[in-house]
Amino acid sequence: MANAVKGTPLVEMRDISISFGGIKAVDHVTVDLHPGEVVGLLGHNGAGKSTLIKCLSGAYQADAGQILINGHEVQISNPRDARAQNIETIYQTLALADNLNAASNLFLGRELVSSRGFLDESAMESETRKILGRLNPNFKKFNVPVSALSGGQRQSVAIARAVYFNAKILIMDEPTAALGPHETQMVSELIEELKAQGLGIFLIEHDIHNVMKLCDRASVMKNGQLVGTVNVSDVTDEDILGMIILGKKPAKAA
Amino acid sequence: MSDQTRPTVPPGTRGDAAANAFTRFLKATEIDTRLLGMAGALLAIWLGFHLYGAIFRDGGAFLTPRNLWNLSVQTSSIGIMATGMVLIIVTRNIDLSVGSVLGFVAMIMGVLQVNILPQYLGLGSPFIWVITMIVGMTLGAIVGTFNGWMIAYRGIPSFIVTLGGLMFFRGAAFLVANGKTISPVDADFALLGGGPYGAIGFWGSWLVGLLACAGVLLMLRSGRANRQKHDFALRPMWAEVFMAALGCALILGATLLVNSYPWPTGIVKNYAAAHNITVPPEGLFISHGYAIPVLILCFVGICMTFLMTRTRFGRYVFAIGGNPEAAALAGINTKWMLVQIYALMGMLAGLSAVVSSARLNSATNALGQFDELYVIAAAVIGGTSLAGGIGTIYGAILGALVMESLRTGMVLIGFDTSIQSMVVGAVLVLAVYVDNIYRSKTK
Repeated sequence: MANAVKGTPLVEMRDISISFGGIKAVDHVTVDLHPGEVVGLLGHNGAGKSTLIKCLSGAYQADAGQILINGHEVQISNPRDARAQNIETIYQTLALADNLNAASNLFLGRELVSSRGFLDESAMESETRKILGRLNPNFKKFNVPVSALSGGQRQSVAIARAVYFNAKILIMDEPTAALGPHETQMVSELIEELKAQGLGIFLIEHDIHNVMKLCDRASVMKNGQLVGTVNVSDVTDEDILGMIILGKKPAKAA
Repeated sequence: MSDQTRPTVPPGTRGDAAANAFTRFLKATEIDTRLLGMAGALLAIWLGFHLYGAIFRDGGAFLTPRNLWNLSVQTSSIGIMATGMVLIIVTRNIDLSVGSVLGFVAMIMGVLQVNILPQYLGLGSPFIWVITMIVGMTLGAIVGTFNGWMIAYRGIPSFIVTLGGLMFFRGAAFLVANGKTISPVDADFALLGGGPYGAIGFWGSWLVGLLACAGVLLMLRSGRANRQKHDFALRPMWAEVFMAALGCALILGATLLVNSYPWPTGIVKNYAAAHNITVPPEGLFISHGYAIPVLILCFVGICMTFLMTRTRFGRYVFAIGGNPEAAALAGINTKWMLVQIYALMGMLAGLSAVVSSARLNSATNALGQFDELYVIAAAVIGGTSLAGGIGTIYGAILGALVMESLRTGMVLIGFDTSIQSMVVGAVLVLAVYVDNIYRSKTK
């Protein structure tokens, strides 16, 4: 059994399919995620990882399949629905509005408003200072557009946005791709911390060492299909590479 | 340039040492340098025309209460629409149809208030202007909604939809009354366009001016209190006082100006005759005061600034312009936003139609022709970026003022219309070029 964790999964994506113009981007894929667990999603570019995850974050709608949160089927037809289920996403592109400052991006779509319904800029900036002070103490540029920030600082804003709203399910699409070693280390520590808090994390990651270090399980996709899901502690990095490249499940974990 | 004394310092590395008194001053007062640049350009244009008039014609006619008052009225129509165009351009779209929509709405309003409403309400009924204005703005909003729907939900590029609208509504404006000009419009309605009676007079202007000063002081105070509450850096007290003084001085100066422009003697005579006043031999000085269309523009400008900076709606407009995909992923209904933005633009075009046709005291099917170009130019001169995501309402209004200053200035010094359009075109391109340089330097 690949699924070593018992109990009702936090998220279960059952038999998800989605196609674009006749091409099956995701083809009957089933993955699940438990509280306090990090599940790596692996595969070549174009294997369908990001597409699968966008069905969960509400950016896409699956053509077929079910999404269950805590065992109950839910309909996620837009990003608002996903956020209402405490699903937060850190996109590979970061999805920041470059012309807005950190606070505006952090609260985008969920602005704090005064009793009269107007934006409460000061409260938002104050909250942003708190959360970013915790995640990245070096962050000082609160009053400039995020286009003026470095890659690591922008990443901090995107992560802060996901963490601030008490996510239960976190989707991270290559969170360390654009980061230097020090910042990558910070993200790793954050993942460990969030995991200890009981969040479930889907982690899309290309670096096999990060997968071995951070993930509890790994689901490998190839050409839109699921190759298999393995416990990371049961396999070697060569096994996982084999799954990614050849699409073959290692014998002992099968 | 102030650092000619230290030519060895390459540009861009002027550090703390060169942070001279002026930059410290700007930092403390938090005055936008772009705003300062535009105000400077405007002053240069005004002074230039005035001096040219003083030297080459007999007496400079530009910086007179009369001309500046007229300038303010002429800016209103373009200015009102430019505030809406900011939202359109910020979201990376365009609206070429506003001039034609203005003409179409003006014709409908003309027919309504001259041929239809008097039949039911009686000629000169005080309800005519209200109903006409509401119908005009609603009609504009409906047209805008339809434009927005085709762009957002049917995926037709905004350039095409509104180019179609430009032609369609110009033709429709002709059809409304088969090309006839409808004149004069309802007497109350005409007040919305300015003129001696369409201004609020001496005491009204002082009241508005003092209220505006009080507003400035209140805003500065609440801003400071808010920063204090969250322990943010405060402006130094002298800077607050300076801003308050500057704001009030500008407002009171404008009030003095509009009050120093008297009614023409003919109007005074009619007025005196109608009100049984005997005109003394030296004449009667009756101030115009703020023109109603100018007050409409100020009201629209304040509302739109509020909308753009203090509400979710405005925040989403900027977010869509900065990164449409990110806005959608943040749960913003970008399509519905676009429909609302175009509806707002249409409504403002309707309001401009009110001001324009009232000012002209007639509705013609050519009303608003080429206005779309002036409106877009005003927004762009005012610093709205065609790449999206950047733009301010006050910038667009200042841009409209720059455009109108150029137009009236050239008329005053006797330039041909051909030269006028060449100059306006060149200024548009130059303004965007200077703005690009400014942006790349301050990045």
